[in-house]
Amino acid sequence: MSRNASNNILDRPLGFRATPAGRSSDVSSVSLSAFAYVYSELVQYHQGRAASISELERRLESAGYGVGLKVLECVAYRGKEMKRETRLMSILHFVSSSVWKSLFGKSADSLERSIDNQDEFMIVDYEPITSTFVSVPQDLGQLSADAYVSGIIAGVLDGAGFSARVTAHNVQVEEGENSRPPTNATPGMPRRTEKAVFLVKFSPEVLERDATLER
Amino acid sequence: MAAVPVLFVIVGKNEPLYEAEIDTSTGIHSSSSGDLSTRQNYFVLHSALDLVEKSAWTTNSMYLRVVDKVNHQQVSTFLTAANVKFMLLHSGKGEEVVKNFFNEVYQYYVKLSMNPFYKFDTPISSKAFDTRVRAAARAYLS
Repeated sequence: MSRNASNNILDRPLGFRATPAGRSSDVSSVSLSAFAYVYSELVQYHQGRAASISELERRLESAGYGVGLKVLECVAYRGKEMKRETRLMSILHFVSSSVWKSLFGKSADSLERSIDNQDEFMIVDYEPITSTFVSVPQDLGQLSADAYVSGIIAGVLDGAGFSARVTAHNVQVEEGENSRPPTNATPGMPRRTEKAVFLVKFSPEVLERDATLER
Repeated sequence: MAAVPVLFVIVGKNEPLYEAEIDTSTGIHSSSSGDLSTRQNYFVLHSALDLVEKSAWTTNSMYLRVVDKVNHQQVSTFLTAANVKFMLLHSGKGEEVVKNFFNEVYQYYVKLSMNPFYKFDTPISSKAFDTRVRAAARAYLS
């Protein structure tokens, strides 16, 4: 009846990441096929219960949100630096490098500030894993299967005290824009024609606070 | 008069998530300190919350050291990455000692939050967590 003490989650190690370079077979990585299978089930589950495309995206986002909150603590703990992110740019870098590396094994491809709006930032990924094995049928139109990732981003930002609205968009990759060879390409897969853009829109009070910290 | 027990709480966004009053002097739980001083201890701890929130954005380290002093008691605070507050009321322990205690509790907290059945910012009811926090307190703070 009694459970072995070492079975308790509090006694197990937190799976520290090995050196960033080198060792690709990391202790904390999950099989790609296992992930793709579970994720496709997740999408199907929500698809069957959602009445519209936007509701489906919202459901995927809320599924990712809780993951984001936990990922934040876990990545911060593994970082071993014992510091919190208090500035806008540092939390964005934290998301696009540390969080991305721990989730997808690589950094995000770019982090840009919107030209038109001061409160908007874009995190770009050319090969988002969540939509790699998803083909969106015609009748679902603009659906982005990466909504799950945008939920994770929102969770991380919200947890750290930067409330933001994060949305995922599929954007056509222009000719010659991404010249790098695919990093984790699966053999037999055609080159992707769409990239994922995660649009982060911070709430006004976050920008206000960051402006006061500037001084 | 025996040593004053330490009081440790974890405070989330809206409510306390975990509370423990730990007698570090003997290890035997005694209620000799009385109901009144316990209540006062809670009052001191919770009134320090405003000070914590004020200093939260001025530094980017997790350990905020002593944020408030009332009579002979001090309130040390540690903020996690998601701004969950660990607060300890004690009677003048060394800064490093308290830091080591917080680091150990943080480790347990992160592990606890990796449990898929634990939802972020909800009260912690895990007995295993409670046992380990109390053991850590006795190991570091006595």
